[in-house]
Amino acid sequence: MLLEVKDLRVNYGNIEALHGISFSVDEGEIVTLIGANGAGKSTTLMTISRQIPHVAELGGKVIGGSIIYQGEDLLQYEPHQVVSKFGISQVPEGRRIFGNLSVLENLMLATYARKDKAQVRKDLKRVFEIFPRLEERKHQRGETLSGGEQQMLAVGRALMTRGRLMLLDEPSMGLAPVLVRDIFETLKEINAQGTTILLVEQNANMALKLAHRGYVLETGNIVLEGTAAELAANPEVKKAYLGG
Amino acid sequence: MRKPYLPLVVLLLFVVIIGGSWLRIFNEYWQLVFLFMGINIILTVSLNLINGYMGEFSCGHAGFMAVGAYVTSILTVWLFAEDKVFGPPVLPAAWAIPLFPVALIIGAVAASLAGLLIAIPSFRTRGDYLAIITLAVNYIVKSAIENMEFIGGPRGFVGMKRVMNNMADVFNAPWLLIWTFIGMIITILIVHRFVSSTLGKGVEAIREDEIAAELMSVNTRRIKVIAFMLSCGLAGLAGGLFAHWPGGYINPGTFTILKSTEVMVMVYLGGMGSISGSIISAIGFTLLLEVLRPLGVFKWVVIPLLLVVMMLFRPTGILGNKELSDVFPRLRAIFGSEEESYALASD
Repeated sequence: MLLEVKDLRVNYGNIEALHGISFSVDEGEIVTLIGANGAGKSTTLMTISRQIPHVAELGGKVIGGSIIYQGEDLLQYEPHQVVSKFGISQVPEGRRIFGNLSVLENLMLATYARKDKAQVRKDLKRVFEIFPRLEERKHQRGETLSGGEQQMLAVGRALMTRGRLMLLDEPSMGLAPVLVRDIFETLKEINAQGTTILLVEQNANMALKLAHRGYVLETGNIVLEGTAAELAANPEVKKAYLGG
Repeated sequence: MRKPYLPLVVLLLFVVIIGGSWLRIFNEYWQLVFLFMGINIILTVSLNLINGYMGEFSCGHAGFMAVGAYVTSILTVWLFAEDKVFGPPVLPAAWAIPLFPVALIIGAVAASLAGLLIAIPSFRTRGDYLAIITLAVNYIVKSAIENMEFIGGPRGFVGMKRVMNNMADVFNAPWLLIWTFIGMIITILIVHRFVSSTLGKGVEAIREDEIAAELMSVNTRRIKVIAFMLSCGLAGLAGGLFAHWPGGYINPGTFTILKSTEVMVMVYLGGMGSISGSIISAIGFTLLLEVLRPLGVFKWVVIPLLLVVMMLFRPTGILGNKELSDVFPRLRAIFGSEEESYALASD
């Protein structure tokens, strides 16, 4: 097992956002967490990336449980170590690209902690192969890109950290359906090349088509789990998330 | 490509200013203006690192300047001058010339340690807290010095004039101006190197989006502490130089929030995240203060008004996030073209 989240409980102030969720991700899998707004999907990813309790404005705090990755508890480590030591990258909600920096600078910042310059060069080539659009615009400032291009940049940036596990938070948000399909195609490819993916989505339809397994998150609890096919066939999931 | 002329230009400037002062081509008034220009450049460029490049908001730069000023001047007075409190000079006057920069460095290190003391608790939080904390620190430093009677308390500390006179007696040269010029060049070089290094890219990432920076493996706390210590240390250097100005005294009243504000004005006038902007605005602001001197206290009406107008019509400052060589590409012949930081990507 690559990642195992055990009984994770997270508070925002006095409100418990995650009531002890447990799930796991195996090497090479695509696992999806689906759920409505406020179910705790982003909180889960941000906790894995150790951004909680860092998002101090909301008073976020981990109050119980553990996140075991390759036998070590991530909760013992600093946020930057989660990326540089363990290779867990995240494509955050809202993309969070560096707006005033160029596409190239955005991509290269993701290699901040890396020393393997030759491999960085190869990785950059690979990102430009996957997203030729980024190469065309490599000197353009991040905020001048369109929504779809920004999403490509966010995924490209995560690839540049050379992580083994990529966390994706709603990559479909705000994108035209055709672009969403492209992004999901790319994710499939990235997975085939060896990156494990944990995908958080509201677009359950797309997510379940892509994923191997899935979990349904509802107001801070995992209510259902199974293979993607099982979940897609489940009448409750159909009713709640797949539009009948 | 041709070799950049910049070192030559700097050398020429050095020869003109120092030589001119030595030979009294520039009278004492102009020497004082040059001195303040140099000190203001150090202050502005160093504060720009925090407020411009990193996008945090420190408003206590004068507090760290005060630490450097007092530590350096106490050292030099104790070592090289006859003083009521510290007694006769510890070392012969001839030593003052080689050891003066050492005293400056010790003052800078002290200011930088004061910065570390502030950085550790304040960078645990995010956002505007640093502004409030540095504001408080500025007041704490001022009050602490006011209550230290052995260094003159609120009346101020004197004796630096004797140090400078002793140095001039051994060998007559505009020593303070020489060290200010060198300190200024070193400051510019250090900050330039820092912001174009890998760490500097991390600084930019923090300014753009701190959470994203951490998701990209940037150790934000470490960078913030290093940048803050560097900035405070350079403010301390400026303080150490300032303490030896021909006036011959410093008092806590010099290092108030007003002085910090003055430095912030220079940073925002010049443009955040621009070293050449900071240099231009520090020179311009120093000259402006002199030009408007006849207005007396009304210059403090005119100058803020200029800032308001500036913010309305050019909110990014003179050169926001750009360097002079970006605006006038021809100047690259002088500055040398900025090496493409990510040259590897162009092949």
